[in-house]
Amino acid sequence: MEATLYELKFNIEKCLDCPSQACLTKCQYMNIDSKTAKNEIIKIAQGEDSFVLHNCVTCYACEEYCPMGNHPFYLIVERQEALDCAPVPRPLIKRAIKLGIPFRGEPEIKPIDGPALNMGAFSELMPLIQGKLFENIPVISTDARKMFHYFCQLMYLHYAKSSVIKERLPGIINTIARHKPTQLICFHDECYGTYASYCPAVGIDVPFEPVHFYEFLFERLMELKALIKPMNLKVAYQRPCSSRLSPDKHLFVNRIFELIGVEIVKRTYSDENALCCAGTIQGQRVEGSRKRARELQRKNIEDMKKAGAQICVFNCPACFQTLGRVVSENGIKPIHMSGLCRLAIGEKPTGWR
Amino acid sequence: MDNILRSLADIVDETHVSNRQEELFIYSFDLGTAEPRRPDYVVSPESVEQIQAILRLANRNKIPVVPLGGGLSLAGLAVPLKGGILIDLKRMDRIIEVNEKSRYAVLECGVSQAQLTSYLEKHHPQLTHSEPGAPPTATIAGNLMIHGQGDLAQPYGFNSDLINGLEVVLPTGEICRLGSCAVGSEWFTNHPLPDINVFLGWYGTTGIITKLSMRLFPAKRIRGTGQFVVDNEELVPEILFKLTHTQMAEDIIAYSRAIPPFSDGLQHITVNIAADTEKELEWKQEVLWDDTLGEYIRNGDGAYLGFTMGLERPQISKTSDYKKGGGFEYVGSIMPIEKYPDCYRIGRKISEKHNIPYTVTGRCVGVGHSMMFAWTYAFNRAEPDTIRHAKEALHETDDIVVELGGVIWKPGIYGQKLIMERLDPATRELMKKIKKLLDPNGIMNPGNWDVK
Repeated sequence: MEATLYELKFNIEKCLDCPSQACLTKCQYMNIDSKTAKNEIIKIAQGEDSFVLHNCVTCYACEEYCPMGNHPFYLIVERQEALDCAPVPRPLIKRAIKLGIPFRGEPEIKPIDGPALNMGAFSELMPLIQGKLFENIPVISTDARKMFHYFCQLMYLHYAKSSVIKERLPGIINTIARHKPTQLICFHDECYGTYASYCPAVGIDVPFEPVHFYEFLFERLMELKALIKPMNLKVAYQRPCSSRLSPDKHLFVNRIFELIGVEIVKRTYSDENALCCAGTIQGQRVEGSRKRARELQRKNIEDMKKAGAQICVFNCPACFQTLGRVVSENGIKPIHMSGLCRLAIGEKPTGWR
Repeated sequence: MDNILRSLADIVDETHVSNRQEELFIYSFDLGTAEPRRPDYVVSPESVEQIQAILRLANRNKIPVVPLGGGLSLAGLAVPLKGGILIDLKRMDRIIEVNEKSRYAVLECGVSQAQLTSYLEKHHPQLTHSEPGAPPTATIAGNLMIHGQGDLAQPYGFNSDLINGLEVVLPTGEICRLGSCAVGSEWFTNHPLPDINVFLGWYGTTGIITKLSMRLFPAKRIRGTGQFVVDNEELVPEILFKLTHTQMAEDIIAYSRAIPPFSDGLQHITVNIAADTEKELEWKQEVLWDDTLGEYIRNGDGAYLGFTMGLERPQISKTSDYKKGGGFEYVGSIMPIEKYPDCYRIGRKISEKHNIPYTVTGRCVGVGHSMMFAWTYAFNRAEPDTIRHAKEALHETDDIVVELGGVIWKPGIYGQKLIMERLDPATRELMKKIKKLLDPNGIMNPGNWDVK
């Protein structure tokens, strides 16, 4: 299989030299001291079992916490697979693997020879990319029947299936490359993380330049600056797990908010300390996972309320699906970042009331 | 105008009777694989008296009569196999009464599922009915005639178990009432009089239901669906047993299907839960997922997929897209729940043989006393070969249902024949006597439940 061609570039020496073991000591879901952290990450790197592998909620955050650029999360997932100790039950893994199988015909390839916006596996969310911000940008993966041809596959990090990612991803990249995009603006930052972080980490070539959606939005807003009317809203931002793969792009959240005149409320669970939407946690094997997910969501939303948020801005459609209703029941309006940006330039996003 | 047409027009007026070919064509088929057959007349009455008059006319002239509700059985049960008068009952669509305290509704026979659902939501939001998940135009009475089940089947059983009384026009034109409405004006119970209900499940061959009283149930403020998945079909019966034991679910359905791929080879179990408060909902979820199914999650054999607010009605009609051309039909059966693994494997085998993506579904009926297990076969209406394959698959499945010891649900002609061949001779003789007594000229939906 092609998957065997790709190997994670992980250097155990970096862990030995690491002064902080922040990958595990900063983990919000496991309470691990520095000494234990060092022992466990070394054990994991050497292929041994560790409680970390069993208790990991797969929030991706350790990729951001690692000060050595050593991909601890990708390593954890590889070891979970190798030691057959996935954090989720077997039927859920089988279901997820089948979910990404295209079954409605081949994609229509139209060469673009320029920048393109890729909807990935979210073609059904085309209403989120309407209006002036998205004028004159060719879009690929617009047909929900064929979107799994553009599915970045990184979701399988939640399912201890790096092998599936490595096996399928070169084909996905090839499909996208046939459109000849020079730059690929990734609607979902999991796609961006795939091409900007995961592919280099395992040695998969990417023949186009990935562009983060927020960087694109910021630049478009700058071009349309004359249309922006400060919104004077207090917003909370639900940071998704996948943004941990591109922490250098997280700054665009604040840049956009500043530009459109919204105030991001001061919260306990934001930026590096952001809480996961818990969509994956609720299905994990560890006893009490469903209740734990509920509790995390409650904590997260209480934090937004306490900070005075009027709006909760989402990046990831899966977070939106998991938390949107609960947020709204708590008196906070949920909206996708693109919707907020459209509001700022005087447009009314689909479904906004 | 011929004499029959004129007589029908005298009963219902000229605008509600027709023998024009283009209109007869519409009534010549249903959406399944049954061969079309046009009626000679179609008539649409608006009152019980008009139905009486039509049946008396038909009896005098020995003309076949086929009553039609929504026409959505798929098994060809309202296709006029021997022509005659097709009575379209949709104009009789009054919701006569809803008794909130005693929780029942008195309806005319043409009231549709969607009509009652929306009426209750608007006027009696504390009440609901067992909604079968059929297309919205399916009628309540039509569903009773086939012993349908709805989304409250798990706690309360078949919809035909939920009636408080019937008004029926007999084939010879007399009106007959069953239940408390037979001794007074109230429609609150079907018991405790001697049981003489010989109309449910008879497909209109013993009379036409014109009014009915249907039990209603508490509509909780919050309703939603949780999902669980396993990869071993052998686990499904014990999971259904455990879930039904909690008595906390409104509806429990297990399904597996080839399309979309994520469901292929896996068994999904959907559980509808209702609650008045978040506290009640969370308590029920804790009992169902954490306490009852927690062991499967911890040992990795089963997975909780989450809970979604609002009910999505089961839509096997989605399968009609599998072969393009919009056709599907299914064999339903009433089975013990322990047969689920066999039913699933057989469904896959028959589907693969006929090159049809498999779709199987089992709905718990009555606290797991049985399940309605259905095998669905898609076909392309424009491709006769796919229709032939679907028909063959349906017949093979009918055979298997009987072999497994199940009972075919709403059987078409082929399935009825299989049942009749196996029916206890004394039972068959009793059916024959009942039929002869009620329908001496054999005019009612002939071809169905023919007792030789």
